[in-house]
Amino acid sequence: MAQLASALVTMILGVLGCAVYFYGSNILLDKIFPTKNRPAQQVASNLRIANSIRPWLFLGPAVLLLTFYLFYPVIDSIRLSFFDRSGEEFVGLSNYVWLFGSDEFFESFRNNMLWLIVVPTAATFFGLIIATMTDRIWWGNIAKSLIFMPMAISFIGASVIWKFIYDFRSGGDAQIGLLNAVVVFFGGEPQNWITIPFWNNFFLMIILVWIQTGFAMVILSAALRGIPDETIEAAVLDGANGLQIFFKIMVPQIWGTIAVVWTTITILVLKVFDIVLAMTNGQWDTQVLANQMFDWMFRGGGDFGRGAVVAIVIMVLVIPIMVWNIKRANAEMEGR
Amino acid sequence: MIASSKRSPLTYLVHATVLFLVVIWTIPTAGLFISSIRDKDQLSVSGWWTALSTSEQLIIARANDPKTQVQEGDLFVIRGNLLDGSSGDVTKFGSSSLEPEAFDAGAVADLRKGQTLQVMENGDYAFSSPTPWEGRSQRIFYTAEIPPRFTLDNYREVLSTEGLGKSFLNSLTVTIPATIIPILVAAFAAYALAWMRFPGRALLVAAVVGLLVVPLQMSLIPLLKSYNLIGEFFGVGSKTYVGIWLAHTGFGLPLAIYLLRNYIAGLPGEIIESARVDGASDFDIFRKIILPLSFPALASFAIFQFLWVWNDLLIAMVFLGNNEEHLVLTGQLRELLGSRGGNWEILTASAFITIIVPLCVFFSLQRYLVRGLLAGSVK
Repeated sequence: MAQLASALVTMILGVLGCAVYFYGSNILLDKIFPTKNRPAQQVASNLRIANSIRPWLFLGPAVLLLTFYLFYPVIDSIRLSFFDRSGEEFVGLSNYVWLFGSDEFFESFRNNMLWLIVVPTAATFFGLIIATMTDRIWWGNIAKSLIFMPMAISFIGASVIWKFIYDFRSGGDAQIGLLNAVVVFFGGEPQNWITIPFWNNFFLMIILVWIQTGFAMVILSAALRGIPDETIEAAVLDGANGLQIFFKIMVPQIWGTIAVVWTTITILVLKVFDIVLAMTNGQWDTQVLANQMFDWMFRGGGDFGRGAVVAIVIMVLVIPIMVWNIKRANAEMEGR
Repeated sequence: MIASSKRSPLTYLVHATVLFLVVIWTIPTAGLFISSIRDKDQLSVSGWWTALSTSEQLIIARANDPKTQVQEGDLFVIRGNLLDGSSGDVTKFGSSSLEPEAFDAGAVADLRKGQTLQVMENGDYAFSSPTPWEGRSQRIFYTAEIPPRFTLDNYREVLSTEGLGKSFLNSLTVTIPATIIPILVAAFAAYALAWMRFPGRALLVAAVVGLLVVPLQMSLIPLLKSYNLIGEFFGVGSKTYVGIWLAHTGFGLPLAIYLLRNYIAGLPGEIIESARVDGASDFDIFRKIILPLSFPALASFAIFQFLWVWNDLLIAMVFLGNNEEHLVLTGQLRELLGSRGGNWEILTASAFITIIVPLCVFFSLQRYLVRGLLAGSVK
């Protein structure tokens, strides 16, 4: 409790600090370049100077934080990828040579590609189906709310939930994991699902699909509502059936949104780490890049060079989406 | 829309499909919750979907110590009750592990040398022997039908002995400041990027959009190094709450700025222009006009950031470490997953404690969350 109190105090201090900074720096600026009761000439020049400084007072803390936490580390990671495990001795390309010669890397790269193909596709697909169907029924909002719910659950919490479903009891014991119980019910042989190489990847992916479908559904549902009714009415008059309307009229009109959902989930997939760490920690051929990076960061006291190299691979995979996003954001700004 | 206007078989198919999907999507969480309030002995032998039915369990018990024997006539008798007062029915019993179900309840089992064992349906048992009992207490194997038992014991256990209570406080300590601070910093920056004119604005906006997708992994190693240096300089160690608050602030800023800038830029320009004409400074405009008007966007981001910080494992592990004192809920859950891997009564209760707060936030503030999602995904 004392700890929580001190956190609250610190928070209030932090908020006050922010307020004092913004308030104080603005007042200070007005004091240094006064605009009241001065000759017109001076007022104009003071106003100009103050107005050119003020944006940076507003932006200052944000720019500093972004630089320290995101911009500088990206540069430094690139630098560190050419250095040894402690980050002190220059070793040239040897980290990269190690990376492309290591089986572990190819395993995680292959798995990441699988994740990249399966998870965004499945989540977007289910999201689209559910969004379309829930719009037509009276209890659609309740259904959406329940399918959206896993979004609030942490990856590690979701891992526990699904590990329980995949639970395996050897011998003739009663299965307490739902999946094995269903398998046994239909006369199958219970399996230790997360230890079956290659296929276990899919059992881990299901967890992320379960979480992300709600996100896809919410965004796509809003896009579907934005489709003008006239286009659908016209199609109905022309005698199109339900499937044709869906695939030829509705889906083409929300391609942009589908792409946004797809890329957003893709980026999330590249960063996925908690699920693999909790379920298998990369055993049984389930390693992915983000977990491998984390692993090298601390393995045997930490190998910063190799960790940085793996991070760079993730970054390189993200760059195309980043460029695409910036282009679209710019286009949107110009339209304003 | 179109399909719902006529009650075609298709409509029923839609209802059925959605119901099916909803069930699939909810069952995992429901299973977790039901399991967490079941009796731990039942949880480990039967699936949670049988929670409401009577379960049959084969149990091995030890009879009371031979010292408690009493002499009744010629016989030395040890009495007791297998079920210890809890409800349930004994159906079968036996005295050896080879034949644990040899006798029906109520029957008298003949053991060696004239010794007998009788177990009644209600759990009462009696060992009797012509000679005094000696040595260790006797084993009894029995099969009992035990009615469903629900209990909060699992929660009591994880909150006290497994350290979840402490972690809960740690999570709150991390989450609250890490939610509030970025909002303040981002709101000012977003206003500047939306309504103030200065060179380099477009570049900054582009940079924010770019940083939106930079993987955290790129930042971890350099920041770990910086934190170590800074910690050494101030002599406070590198894993502090202030450190993790600032880290979450830094990582949350791109989304915060992007979301708030979009919203603030969409506010009507006339209000701001007329305030400027009236001589209000940018600071006044921000404080008196922008902040109150952008409440919905601020709320959206607050919920995002809250869920993200509460659910985060990676940043907490790197910047707060693994020691008992500082473990947040997600970190604690991961530790338990390693150390108590098979104890589902502990894992399910712990997992439910970690997800209950985000679930409450989610269901009470869903409206803002949806709005934030719609504004936050790069259009």
